[in-house]
Amino acid sequence: MSALLHPSRPRSALRQLDLVLLLAVAGLIALGSLLVWSATRQRMLDADLDPQAFLKRHLVNAAIGLVVGAIAAGVDYRSLQTYAPLVYLASCVGLVVVLSPVGRTINGAHSWIVLGGGFQVQPAEFAKVALVVGMAMLLSEHRDRRDISPRGGDVMLVLGLAAVPMALILLQPDLGTVLVLVFIVLGVLTISGASVRWLGGLVLAGAIVSVGAVQLGVLDDYQVARFASFANPDLDPSGAGYNASQAQIAIGSGGLLGKGLFEGTQTSGRFIPEQQTDFIFTVAGEELGLVGASLLLALLAVVLWRGLRIAALATDSFGRLLAAGVVSWFAFQSFVNIGMTLGIMPVTGLPLPFVSYGGSAMFANLVAVGLLQNVHRRSGER
Amino acid sequence: MATSPAVDLQDAARDLRCEPRPVVTERSTLRLFVLQVMVLTLLATLLGRLWFLQVEGADDYGRAAVENRVREVVEPAPRGEIVDARGVTLVRNRTALVVTVTRSELHAEPDRGRAVLERLADVIGTPAATLAQQITPCGTGVVQPCWSGSPYQPVPVGQYDASDPDGLSKVLRIEERREQFPGVATAFAPVRDYPQGALAAHVLGYLGPIGQNEVGTEQYAGVPSDGLVGRAGIEASYDEALRGTDGVKELLVDRLGAVTGSRGRTAPEPGQTLVLSIDAQVQQVAEQALERAIARARTIPARNGGGLLRADSGSVVVMEAATGALVAMASYPSYDPQVFVGGASAKEYAALVDESRGAPLVFRAVQGAYAPASTFKVVSAAAAVQSGDYPLGGRFDCPGVFGPTGQRNFDSAELGVIDLRTALVKSCDTVFYRFGYEQWQRDGGSSPVAEPRDPMVPLAKAFGLGERTGVDLPSERRGTIADRAYRQALWEQTRDNRCAGAVNPALDEQRRRANAEYCADGNRYRGGDATNFAIGQGDTLVTPLQLATLYAAIANGGSLMQPHVARALVASDGRVREVAPHVRSTVPVDPGLLGFLRDALAGVTQPGGTAAGAFAGSSIAVAGKTGTGEVAGKQDTSWFASFAPVEDPALVVVGIVSQGGTGGTVAAPMVREIYDGIFGTAGRPGALPGGRLPQQLPGAAP
Repeated sequence: MSALLHPSRPRSALRQLDLVLLLAVAGLIALGSLLVWSATRQRMLDADLDPQAFLKRHLVNAAIGLVVGAIAAGVDYRSLQTYAPLVYLASCVGLVVVLSPVGRTINGAHSWIVLGGGFQVQPAEFAKVALVVGMAMLLSEHRDRRDISPRGGDVMLVLGLAAVPMALILLQPDLGTVLVLVFIVLGVLTISGASVRWLGGLVLAGAIVSVGAVQLGVLDDYQVARFASFANPDLDPSGAGYNASQAQIAIGSGGLLGKGLFEGTQTSGRFIPEQQTDFIFTVAGEELGLVGASLLLALLAVVLWRGLRIAALATDSFGRLLAAGVVSWFAFQSFVNIGMTLGIMPVTGLPLPFVSYGGSAMFANLVAVGLLQNVHRRSGER
Repeated sequence: MATSPAVDLQDAARDLRCEPRPVVTERSTLRLFVLQVMVLTLLATLLGRLWFLQVEGADDYGRAAVENRVREVVEPAPRGEIVDARGVTLVRNRTALVVTVTRSELHAEPDRGRAVLERLADVIGTPAATLAQQITPCGTGVVQPCWSGSPYQPVPVGQYDASDPDGLSKVLRIEERREQFPGVATAFAPVRDYPQGALAAHVLGYLGPIGQNEVGTEQYAGVPSDGLVGRAGIEASYDEALRGTDGVKELLVDRLGAVTGSRGRTAPEPGQTLVLSIDAQVQQVAEQALERAIARARTIPARNGGGLLRADSGSVVVMEAATGALVAMASYPSYDPQVFVGGASAKEYAALVDESRGAPLVFRAVQGAYAPASTFKVVSAAAAVQSGDYPLGGRFDCPGVFGPTGQRNFDSAELGVIDLRTALVKSCDTVFYRFGYEQWQRDGGSSPVAEPRDPMVPLAKAFGLGERTGVDLPSERRGTIADRAYRQALWEQTRDNRCAGAVNPALDEQRRRANAEYCADGNRYRGGDATNFAIGQGDTLVTPLQLATLYAAIANGGSLMQPHVARALVASDGRVREVAPHVRSTVPVDPGLLGFLRDALAGVTQPGGTAAGAFAGSSIAVAGKTGTGEVAGKQDTSWFASFAPVEDPALVVVGIVSQGGTGGTVAAPMVREIYDGIFGTAGRPGALPGGRLPQQLPGAAP
C-alpha cells in the first residue's frame, strides 16, 4: 500500500534485474564453456596446440557479450525504440556486405564478414535482434490505451520488414536462420493479437514456399540431402545422414550418467564434426548423460520461463512483444538445434544459444537477454 | 471485463504518475498462454526423445559407439604342413608376391578400367582380354576363365615367388606407379609349396578359393570370403584341421581411421601338421613302377590284334595289411600340383580334365571303377565252398568251353579235372562258370525262387564291394555289385528308353530287336549273368582301393579294415591326435578257408601260376591273383592284387593298368618291381625293409 502513496525509491541496479534469468544464463554459459573445452581438447592436443584455446576464446566471447548485454540492459527504454530503425538498417547493410565479394565462406557457411585482427562477424545473428526490436516497435505504436489488434496493413508492413533480411539470408543460403526469423515473426505476431486468419495464412504461405523451394531447386543439393536423410535415416550412412546418426549414437551411449567430462569416446574420437558449434549438445549427452543433458534443458527452460514471465508482466506492448520475440527465438532455435542432435529435426546450421562456441551468436544472444532485463526493469518501476 | 481491485489501484497509481497503463487484454493473455504451452511442448518433446535415446536405447547406442571405434584386423593362421610317415615334408607354405585386381574398383574408372588392364597386361604378360575374363565372377553364361570367389574380393592375377627377381621387378613396376593402377594391389601371401615336386599329387590335392555360397557355412566357419580351402585330396578332407583359426586384433580408431589404441588380441591358432601314413620313398617306387609299366605296355601288341596296347591309365595302391594304413597311392596320368598355386588358368584346368589326354585330375585309386575279373575268384571260390555245395578238397572239370553258356576259357585252355587250388593258381574260368551257373540253377534258373541264395553276392558285400571303404579322401566311388537287385533297378531306370528304342525307325533292325528284348525282360537274371558274376565280369565294378581292402582281409585273417591316408594330427602346442586303425567288420569266412586261399594265392607266383613269369627269381614270397578284364569296345584291363610276405603278410599291393592287356603281362611285373623296391633286393636296399611303417611318429615337426 505504501507503494501507492509514496513514489518508490529506485531499487539498486542489481535488484532491478531478473536475477533468476541472469543466473540461468550464467549457468548455461558455464556449462557451455566446459562442453566446448571437452569438444576441442583432444583435437588440439593431437595437433600440438593449446588444448584450452577454444575455451579461452569462448570465455572471452562471453565476457564481451556480457558487457554488451549489460549495455543493452542499461540503455534508456525509450531510446530502444528510437534506435530500432538504425539497428535494422545496420544489420541489413551487414547482410548485403556478406553477399558482396567482401563476404567470406567459413566452414561451408557463406555468412561471414572478416574484420581483420582475427575477428569475424556473422550479421545474420544481429539481424535476429534487429528484427525482434523492429517488429516490436512497429506493432506497438499507438496501441497502448486501446486494445487494437494489428490491422492487415500493420501485418503487411511487418512482413515486409521481415522479408528483407530473410531474403538476404536466404541468398547466402542459410535456411536455418531464415526459419528462426519465420518463427520470430510468428511469435511476435501471435502475441500482438493479429487475427488467427492472418496467422493461419502465414503458416500456409510458409509451407507453400518451403515445398516450392525444394521443388524449384532453390535449395542446394546438400540441403535437400539433409532433409532426405532426415526423413529416411538409412539413406546414406556416410553422407548427409552421417552426422545425425553419429550424434544420436554419441548421445545414446551416454546413458543415464554419461561417460564423464573429457571421457567421451565419440567426442575425443572426432566422430562428430562441428562439435563445438552446431553439435555441442552431443558432448553434454555423451559425457554428462541424461542427468547433464536434462540440466542443460532445465537451464534453457528457466531462461524461457523467465522470458515469458517478463512478457506477461511487461507494462507496455513494446516490452511484451520484445520479450515474446526473444522467447520465440530462443525456444525455436534451441529446439531445432537439440532436436537435430537427437534425430527429430533435420540437420541445419543453427547453434545452441549460450552454449555453442561462436562470438556473433553469443553477442546477439546476450544482447537479447539484456533487452529482456531492460523490459524487466521497466516493468519493475512501479 | 472486470478488473481486479488491485489492478484498478495500480492503474490509478500509474495515472497519478502519468505512466501508461499496461494493456493486458484477454486476447493477449490467451496468446501468451498459447506461447507458454508451445514452449512447454517443445521442451517436453526434447526431454522425451532424450529419455528414449539415453535410457531405452542406452545399450544399443553404447554398442554402436563401440563398433564405430573398433576395427578388427585379421591375423591369418598359417596353414598346416603335410609330412609323410617318416617326416619328409610333402606340402609346406612359402611366401609369394601376389598381384590382385578388385573388379568393383576397376569399374569405377571412367572407361571401366580398360586402360588399367592394358597397362597391367603390359607388366605381367597376360593379355588384357584374359585378365578381364579372369576377374569376371563365374555365373550362368559365363565361360572359363572366371572367378569363383566373391565378386567383391580382389582376384589374384599374377603370382611370383618372393625370391624371383623377375616377379619382384614386375611387382615393383606396379608399386612405383600406383596411381596408374587403381584397383590393382600387390601383397605378400602364403602359398602352398611342394618340395617333393609332383609326388603323390592326387593324395595331397590342392587349394581353391572358397565359393560364394560356402562362406559362413558350418563347414567353413571362420574362413574369410577371400580365403582358400582344400578342393581335393587330403587338403580337402582335413581342411578344417589344416587351416587352423585366424586370430583377431581389435584396434580402436577415431573418425579418420587413425589407430588410437588396442582393445585386445586373439592369437591365431596355426593349422595342425598332418602326418600321413604315406611313405615318400615307397610312393616314389610305386609311381615310377607305374610309369615304366605303362611305357612298356605300349610296346606290347594286344592279344586279339588291333595293334599295340594303349595302356591309357593305371593305378597302384600299397596298404598295410593289418591296419589299413595306406603307404602309397599312385594314379596315372598324374599332374604337377604347382599348377593350382595361384589358381589354375582355364586352359590348364581344361587340360587336366580332358578325356582325350587321360583326364590326369582323376584319382584312379578311388575314383576309377573297373571290372575285377579273375581277382574276384577268391570271393566266388570262398562262396562256393561256404555254400556247402562244393567241398574244399573237391575236384572239378576245367573244359575249354562251358557247355550251358558256351563261354570259353582263357585261350580256350583245357586243363582237365583239377582241384580248387589249381583252379585259382591257373585261373580256370570254366570251373567258376560252373559254380555260378549251378548256383543260379539251384535258385530256380529262369524261374527264380522267391528268395534266391546267390551265395556269392552276400560274400561280395561282406568283403566291402559295392560300398565305399570310408577312406579319408573325398569323392570315393562305391563301385557296383551286379546282382539281381541291380539288374532290376537298372531295367526299371532304362526300360522306357529302351522300349522307345525298340520302335525307333532311325535304328537298324538288329538294334531295335535288342531294345525290344531288353524292354520285354531286361530285368531277368540269366545264366550268363551268373557265370559272368562268378568271374568278376559283367557290370560288377570295383576300385583299386576296394580290392586292396578285400585282399588285406584275406591276408590279415578276416578283418575288413577302413583304409586311411592320415596317420596323426600334430597341433602347434605339441598335442598329438593319432588315427587308430579301424576294423569295419569281420569277413564271415572260416579262418581255415582263408588260410587255404592264402596258400592258393601263393601258388600263383610260383611256377605254374599265372604270374610265375613276373615273379621268377623274386626274393620275396608274394601271394596274389592276376585278372584280365574284358571291356566292351576297349582292350583288356590288366590287374594284379597281392600281399607279401606270404608267411606273415605286411603289405597289400594292388596294381591295375587300363587297356594294359593280361594281368600277368603288365600288372604283375609292375607289382613285382614295387615289391623289389620296397623290400629291397640283393644289391639294392628297399625303401621300407620288412614292409612295416615305423612305429614312432616322426620327430619334431619340420
